[in-house]
Amino acid sequence: MNFTNDIDELKEISRRMRIDILKMLHKSGSGHPGGSLSCVDFLVALYFSKLDHSPARGKRDKRDKFVLSKGHAAPALYSVLAEAGYFDKDELWTLRQLKSSLSGHPHALSTPGVEITTGSLGQGLSQANGIALADRLNGHDSNVYCVIGDGENQEGQIWEAAMTAAHYKLGGMIVFLDNNDLQIDGHLRDVMSIYPIKEKWEAFGWHLEEIDGHDFGQIFEAIENAKKEKEKPSLIWGHTVKGKGVSFMEGLAKWHGVVPSDEELKTALKELAPAGK
Amino acid sequence: MAEQLALREYYGKTIVELGETNKDIVVLDADLSGSTKTSMFAKKFPDRFFNMGVAEQNLIGTASGLAAGGKIPFASTFSIFASGRAWEQVRQAVCYPRQNVKIVATHGGITVGPDGPSHQATEDVSLMRSIPNMNVVVPADAYETAAAVRRAAEYNGPVFIRLARGKFPVIYDESKTYSFGKADFLKKGSGLSIIACGLMVSIAMEAAEILENDGESVSVINMSSIKPLDKEAVLTAARETGAIVTAEEHSIIGGLGSAVAETVCEDEPVPVVRVGVRDMFCSSGSAEELLECYHLDSKSIVEAGRKALSLKRPTG
Repeated sequence: MNFTNDIDELKEISRRMRIDILKMLHKSGSGHPGGSLSCVDFLVALYFSKLDHSPARGKRDKRDKFVLSKGHAAPALYSVLAEAGYFDKDELWTLRQLKSSLSGHPHALSTPGVEITTGSLGQGLSQANGIALADRLNGHDSNVYCVIGDGENQEGQIWEAAMTAAHYKLGGMIVFLDNNDLQIDGHLRDVMSIYPIKEKWEAFGWHLEEIDGHDFGQIFEAIENAKKEKEKPSLIWGHTVKGKGVSFMEGLAKWHGVVPSDEELKTALKELAPAGK
Repeated sequence: MAEQLALREYYGKTIVELGETNKDIVVLDADLSGSTKTSMFAKKFPDRFFNMGVAEQNLIGTASGLAAGGKIPFASTFSIFASGRAWEQVRQAVCYPRQNVKIVATHGGITVGPDGPSHQATEDVSLMRSIPNMNVVVPADAYETAAAVRRAAEYNGPVFIRLARGKFPVIYDESKTYSFGKADFLKKGSGLSIIACGLMVSIAMEAAEILENDGESVSVINMSSIKPLDKEAVLTAARETGAIVTAEEHSIIGGLGSAVAETVCEDEPVPVVRVGVRDMFCSSGSAEELLECYHLDSKSIVEAGRKALSLKRPTG
């Protein structure tokens, strides 16, 4: 696996990851395309550029760690882990099947490369804090990255964990908020508003970066700025599009937990085909 | 009367001892460190102690992350919050990924006393026992507490140790060791077995004496390891005495009594009479008043014993 800072290369990886996500979900017959497609660019930026990791490294070695707190975006994580060489790509087509190593939501004991078991919203951030505290005790100045959903901000435990990261000055925590503005029942403002985001997180003692969550240049800059914060944990508030990259999925809550039909997959793959083909 | 010692004091002392030699041991609390006695560790090893404030879900989640980072976290708060408020965190972040987290929950049962039912955990054992990968321990005295805490630190996986607020009569001594899934026959008889855990073990000993004075032959078994249950010991008790009483400072639903009845029903059916809180919220009051009022005293165990004996099928 090669790391790169070349934005065109990363875009190309993202394009392929989107195809893998859709094919996995189509094959499995259930799962969550919308939120997988909205956060996959951030995962690509981490696993192929910014995250200090390698499939060969042992569990106790110094390295950066990643927690997908919004565990329903598992297909996005599985696609980048396979691409990064944590397991064979053929495994992807067993998603959600009986005895598959790829459970419906990430499970550390099943899937190589998955650090933390998630799926019940609100819990990953506390665990990321725990990892950051362990890193500090071990004398490792590594970063712990975490992706949380916007609807997930409705969980009380997120705010318990937000308080904790600031209280313990976990400057190595870099959290991406995947703000696609939609949850299962509709727009966040209609279901349960989490806004204003900036004021809330800053009041909790966090450094905040607001970006277009699909723009690699902005993702890089935000991560570099976050890394400069030695005491404050950082929230990268990413404005994203649910179902990003597939025209008929973009911006629609219904694609939270519905997978494409044969016909829809064909259309989506056509849209995601490399330019000029 | 036997010497009485507080289990949580011995928990506090033991984690300090463990912390001296094992630098991976870390301790978390949720604003109750003075009561749970984790304050002893906090004072000695401030860098390895993390107060999470009044946030039990975050307490368990952070402990899980520390375990993922290679640490051996002991997380403490009152049992009502550890097992109830944070149940789903215990399930998802500790047991399902089999993280090496030790939850030592104090103030379990009704003997927490005057704080009343809001703080009386009478469902905690049931809640923890139903989660796969969890080990559940209800020690009978301070020395067994220390032994269970030491064993929990060596063992790689989730452990829930349930302590109470008060002092318990001493049954063991400093040489006590602990094994998961191993019951202890404190007394061997032929007519009736009393299987107990926690404070009820010493009360069961009193009840056995009363029954023996009436001519009965009674076994008393300390089943501190509720999960894994020592099934062999339960089946031996069923075979050898043909009648069982269970006694626990917990609801009769889902705890030790249920675990014993499940085992006996499947493999060696004999009468099982359960002594415990009878599916109700109790009251404020002193520990002694509550134990008597809600039938968790030696008199109630004796009555349950007579009932179990009367249900016994004639042999031969």
